[in-house]
Amino acid sequence: MDATAAPLTLEQHRPSAGELFTGFFMLGLTGFGGVLPLSRRMMVEKRRWLTGAEFTDLLGLCQFLPGGNIINMSVAVGLKFRGIHGAFAAILGLIAAPTAVVIALGVIYERYQDAPTVRHLFGGLAASAAGLLVSMAIKIAWPLRRDVVSLLIAALGVVAIAFLQLPLLPTLLTLAPLSILLKSRQAS
Amino acid sequence: MSGTLVTLALIFTELSVLAFGGGNTILPEMKRQVVDINHWMTAQEFSALFALAQAAPGPNMMVVPLVGWHVAGFAGVLVTSLAKFGPSSLITGVALQLWERFKDRPWRRHVQAGLVPVTAGLVTASAIVITHASAPSWTLALITALVAIATTTTRIHPLLALAAGAVLGLSGLGQP
Repeated sequence: MDATAAPLTLEQHRPSAGELFTGFFMLGLTGFGGVLPLSRRMMVEKRRWLTGAEFTDLLGLCQFLPGGNIINMSVAVGLKFRGIHGAFAAILGLIAAPTAVVIALGVIYERYQDAPTVRHLFGGLAASAAGLLVSMAIKIAWPLRRDVVSLLIAALGVVAIAFLQLPLLPTLLTLAPLSILLKSRQAS
Repeated sequence: MSGTLVTLALIFTELSVLAFGGGNTILPEMKRQVVDINHWMTAQEFSALFALAQAAPGPNMMVVPLVGWHVAGFAGVLVTSLAKFGPSSLITGVALQLWERFKDRPWRRHVQAGLVPVTAGLVTASAIVITHASAPSWTLALITALVAIATTTTRIHPLLALAAGAVLGLSGLGQP
């Protein structure tokens, strides 16, 4: 709703490939536990690459497509302003620092995983990471709680993937068309 | 080695185009491929890598280069990252050109609405699979539950919740 209320009168700035890289680099470096809210602040409010409405529109596209929203967003924004070069600059900027950090953590883990203290620390870390995922699942499923069709589809997905451990491809090829069909009937 | 890299490329290309609803929907398939089918690591190692990626900054799919690193070093990082982020980026590029034409079509809204329950199911499945691998003892399961409750019912920062869980884990209670 605040998308249209953004100050459209202020000049928008068309970023260079270098600015796309640094903008997304900072985003990759500072975003913990979800980069999306930060990305809106960076692109709409601070750097004025996009209006609020443009951001919301691009986000709609990115949510529609496979892949992480923010990854797709970096590609779309890069392409929009600087074509292929811009897309490369943006996505490389976004994943460069996190990749380096995560590999550094991986090296530490692999080197010291046999020390009991480190093993216990990572045990606790892994258990809490699972907790974050549980919380995310609850937040996504909660709005569907009164919709029997949606709950049925979600339950089928849980049984197929978590309990029967079926491959994702056939599960998705069955479940997605079924869900789209049922939901569009429900809507009409 | 090159056989491993080809297998990694195929796995992550498939995951890239199947990741509707974001990265957390494909975790069980990733685990199935790298743990159950290719035996590159144990389920516990996979969950540890996932946790490391959660503790790092940036997009939530940083487990991808980490798995590549674990399996095949720097070449693995390159292959998994390209395979995971390349195809979905290509699709984004093509779709961006067509978006103005199809974004207001009824089918687009039906498809998007239809994918929501599927995403909910897949993320729930991810939560179950990862919890199963990450919490083999009651104390660790308790940490999972505490973090889940805290981050669902309060606005605690996820990084703080991770740190608190790691410190609780340090006690070593119930862990081998």
